[in-house]
Amino acid sequence: MDRMPHWADAVLVPLISLLLAAILSALVIIGIGEDPIAAFKLMVDGALMRSSGWGYTLYYATNFIFTGLAVAVAFHAKMFNIGGEGQAMIGGLGVALICLFIPWPHWTLALLGSTVGAALFGAAWAYIPGYLQARRGSHIVITTIMFNFIAAAFLNYVLVNLLRPSGAMDPASARFPESTHLPTFNEMFSTAETALFRGAPANVTFFIALLACLAVWLLMWRTRLGYEIRALGHSESGALYAGISPVRITIITMLISGALAGLMALNTTQGESERLILNATEGAGFIGIAVALMGRSHPVGVLFAALLFGFLYQGGAELALWTNIPRELIIVIQALVILFTGAMDNMVRAPLERMFLALRRKEG
Amino acid sequence: MSDTEPAIELRGISKAFGPVQANKDISIKVMPGTIHGIIGENGAGKSTLMSILYGFYKADAGEIFIGGTKTQIPDSQAAIAAGIGMVFQHFKLVENFTVLENVVLGAEEGNLLRPSLAKARKLLKELEEEYELRVDPDARIDEIGVGRQQRVEILKALYRRADILILDEPTGVLTPTEADQLFRILSRLRDEGKTIIFITHKLREIMDITDTVSVMRRGEMTATVKTSETSPTELAELMVGRKVLLRVDKQPATPGDVVLDVENLSVINSQGVERLRGVSLNVRAGEILGIAGVAGNGQSELLEVLGGMREATGRITVNGEEIDLTGRHSDGQSRRERGIAHVPEDRQREGLIMEFHAWENTAFGYHHDPEFNSGLLMNNAAIKEDTARKMEKFDVRPPDPQLTAKNFSGGNQQKIVVAREIERSPDLLLVGQPTRGVDIGAIEFIHQQIVSLRDAGKAVLLVSVELDEILSLSDRVAVMFDGKIMGERLASETDEKELGLLMAGITEAPDKPVEEAVEEQLQARDARKAQIHG
Repeated sequence: MDRMPHWADAVLVPLISLLLAAILSALVIIGIGEDPIAAFKLMVDGALMRSSGWGYTLYYATNFIFTGLAVAVAFHAKMFNIGGEGQAMIGGLGVALICLFIPWPHWTLALLGSTVGAALFGAAWAYIPGYLQARRGSHIVITTIMFNFIAAAFLNYVLVNLLRPSGAMDPASARFPESTHLPTFNEMFSTAETALFRGAPANVTFFIALLACLAVWLLMWRTRLGYEIRALGHSESGALYAGISPVRITIITMLISGALAGLMALNTTQGESERLILNATEGAGFIGIAVALMGRSHPVGVLFAALLFGFLYQGGAELALWTNIPRELIIVIQALVILFTGAMDNMVRAPLERMFLALRRKEG
Repeated sequence: MSDTEPAIELRGISKAFGPVQANKDISIKVMPGTIHGIIGENGAGKSTLMSILYGFYKADAGEIFIGGTKTQIPDSQAAIAAGIGMVFQHFKLVENFTVLENVVLGAEEGNLLRPSLAKARKLLKELEEEYELRVDPDARIDEIGVGRQQRVEILKALYRRADILILDEPTGVLTPTEADQLFRILSRLRDEGKTIIFITHKLREIMDITDTVSVMRRGEMTATVKTSETSPTELAELMVGRKVLLRVDKQPATPGDVVLDVENLSVINSQGVERLRGVSLNVRAGEILGIAGVAGNGQSELLEVLGGMREATGRITVNGEEIDLTGRHSDGQSRRERGIAHVPEDRQREGLIMEFHAWENTAFGYHHDPEFNSGLLMNNAAIKEDTARKMEKFDVRPPDPQLTAKNFSGGNQQKIVVAREIERSPDLLLVGQPTRGVDIGAIEFIHQQIVSLRDAGKAVLLVSVELDEILSLSDRVAVMFDGKIMGERLASETDEKELGLLMAGITEAPDKPVEEAVEEQLQARDARKAQIHG
């Protein structure tokens, strides 16, 4: 007696939401006197038709996969972790320390080390709000958003006063040694005849992101811990009955969530900038919320939603570059997509449910 | 009576919620000056029908006639204007207002309160004399007991000149003595010419108080009969649609060693109210101990402590070994390791995760069990197999392990829980309200399962607010009132009347009228709770 088939909920609802967002965006673009179809074509061309465009799209998508998974895992325990931004920043600090102060012989080992560092630092940053929620009842939304500000200020301090090479003006760490540099798609996939992904920042971290999707899926649906997390998320009194400690699971969930957000720094800090800079996260922590909402907190959904937002980011950059559509309007379009796919989800779902009910009644 | 117009006539009422047809083409005539019972299982559509009559829902089809004239009832104001009053299962009273203020609330005349109150006071006095509906008009609602609060609800309806009173499961929160008082009031109201619609799922109440009874099943009105011309067995059959066994078939118990021993158990809840006050009891192997009592007298807390969901002080041993009552070894996991299984009072909030598949729920609480795991991962195939087996044995319908828990009926949800807990063959089974919201067919089955666990030499502690259930299942009965055990009786040597007094906290024959004694006890309890609360 489900209200509508599962495929409709997972595929149809986001697609219709997306279509509505696109229509509204088109109206906005018409409103400023530009051609929406040409604009869309430009976005597709810039983000998907060239390998370098894909290189950017996948680079952004990698960030969004990590932060999307982070939000999704917390969602399963009915927690709203909006601190992905701060957790990723601190994860970046972990990456920087590992890369700067340990002499790595080869990038593979460095990647292993920095993965552990990013995850540990991100988890540690999420531990405090998790502990406060579990033991003191401080609302996770409030604490995690506050911790974003604290993380930014803390990172600022560390970069200016501790990690900045003497004489440098830039609040950034020294460049990481050569042996920690991750192979980019350009290096990995170009052949002698054709250079692919030229100049694009996408790197080997993308595959770690795919592994993370698989790991989260295994965790949530194949392990006892995931089972307990989901049980707690659905019913705290039920968890108590089954002997699942809400305190323990709340803290562990936040640790996992923070670790996933922290891993994003592999992509930005080790993979792209190769040094720790201020604001390396560029709001990806917040995009993760929309990605998790649109992806129904499922790793496969998160993967596709992250690709979509990667496309919007890269396509949006192309628009700003080649048309008179101002940069701010591109943010408006991205916001519309978030609004329709995330926040106004029920607006599409409710009529769709009614439609399926009516259809079924006609059959019966 | 056929020559008079019916007080209420419904013709062809239908109402659907999404795919669920809650009422299907229902027609019914309620004659004036009668008590008309409507009986049916949970979800049969009784409440929907009454909500339509009271203007909360709009019927998809059908007509309503009041006193012979066709009437539209778009909202509750219209229902009141048509002379219909409703007493809800959960009262709608303002706790910190007086009785008088509550009666007037919403029916004030003019902008000043004083004339309305004076008029209401006079009217209350008249109503009191006419119907013996005694309540102190100046008492605050939170200072009077549940039974009196219900009288205020009735007074509210009468004050609004209701000729037709609808009572929805009115005895759910009352002690048997209070229920008897309510029945007397209702008889009196009927004798004075009022029409009463009495909704319940309890056959005994129908037999005791109604003149006519209508039976609902799955949204349809299956029969309307004179109460004097029917029997509980026939009504049960009409409700379920097949023959049912109302009595539990069981042999006398052969109790063995003490399995559960509870000594001086106390619980203080988060508001600082003492909910258990030195409870001591024991349950032996091969017997069922029933805990009787009106809801909210500490039975839930007792179950929660035993099930590891709540911390307490005191001493509990299971098979002679003491168990932790606080700290990290006092949770559901460690209780299960000690051989305690628990069918909780609220299957939807505790016993099941409503969004989980049936198979996931079969592992709930036992998800660490080696048979459900292989290494780091859960062995989902093994769990599904186990679920399919249990579903078949307990006749869960539909027998589909993939179905989400919320898509099963109440009875089948409960069977999933009971199957999970009983199939472990625990040394001690805790059962809370095993048949609440469960259809009669499933009740029969669940009762049989509990008895056969007892016959297998296991100990069972049963908590239920249904006295019938306690009496028919238990070997021994302990009665709880205000966080204490008031007394223990052998089920074969006691009756409803004796237990009813214990449920109101009266342990020996009072030196004044029983009703006064009951009243006194209930007030003392409520005062204690309120005091610590403040």
